[in-house]
Amino acid sequence: MLLSDVAKVLDANVFACGDKLYREVVSACGSDLMSDVLAFSDCKEKAVLLTGLLNQQVIRTAEMMDFKAVIFVRGKTPTEEIREMANEREIVVFNTEHSLFSACGLLYSNGLKGDIHK
Amino acid sequence: MNFSYQVTKEDFSSAGDASSNFKRTLKKIGIPSNIIRKIAIAMYEAEINMVIHADGGVIEAEVLPEQVVVRLIDKGPGIEDIDLAMKEGFSTATDEIRNLGFGAGMGLPNMKRNSDFLKVNSVVGEGTTVEIIVNLV
Ligand SMILES: Nc1ncnc2c1ncn2[C@@H]1O[C@H](COP(=O)(O)OP(=O)(O)O)[C@@H](O)[C@H]1O
Ligand SMILES: [Mg+2]
Repeated sequence: MLLSDVAKVLDANVFACGDKLYREVVSACGSDLMSDVLAFSDCKEKAVLLTGLLNQQVIRTAEMMDFKAVIFVRGKTPTEEIREMANEREIVVFNTEHSLFSACGLLYSNGLKGDIHK
Repeated sequence: MNFSYQVTKEDFSSAGDASSNFKRTLKKIGIPSNIIRKIAIAMYEAEINMVIHADGGVIEAEVLPEQVVVRLIDKGPGIEDIDLAMKEGFSTATDEIRNLGFGAGMGLPNMKRNSDFLKVNSVVGEGTTVEIIVNLV
């Protein structure tokens, strides 16, 4: 899926790196626990992170794992600091009104994978 | 090549600055991205620990021809039982830390998974040193 398709499916708003929606992603990880995300080693380069947690460590975690985009669920609006940090690191940031469960489900049914070797 | 970083406890939002800087440095040097990711994840977990469990400290990183060595040194409370701390799920983190997305007790096991060598030295009341080695070849 292209990030532009992800945005369409989730009816998402863009908050950082809006010029990078041409990027392709194949897998996703959804969690509010960054420790958990960091242990999600199956996810390789082309992945998005969905979370209900809103702080700068979400962007850091995405940075360490090379996620292409972060999606904040339940309409959480990223702060200026978060947007700045994401722009600097070339990580696309979205938000969506959907819950974590629904957003994950929508992306899954549109072709994104979870654990890619399962 | 040697690099060194200061880690302060001041605010949680700057935790990870050192790992971020070192990750960019490794990219510039031209280390393959799958290896950089392993180093970044392990170092970030350890850096977060320095902030949430200790009072910050210093990080010394070394890029050698065949490996990358990252040493994180803090003067925090130390770890009483390292074997227990290494167990998945063991954590002494507060609810406040958990609300920030950390403190699931996965950090040390994750450091182990992402490194080729992990050594934790700790003296209660003095501090903790974590050494992470990732092979380049
Ligand atoms: N630098 C440190 N100083 C003191 N205690 C530490 C340090 N690093 C880890 N610990 C102890 O080891 C436990 C497990 O660490 P970790 O696996 O990273 O899980 P978490 O950070 O989620 O608690 C911590 O809860 C803490 O009690
Ligand atoms: Mg930890």
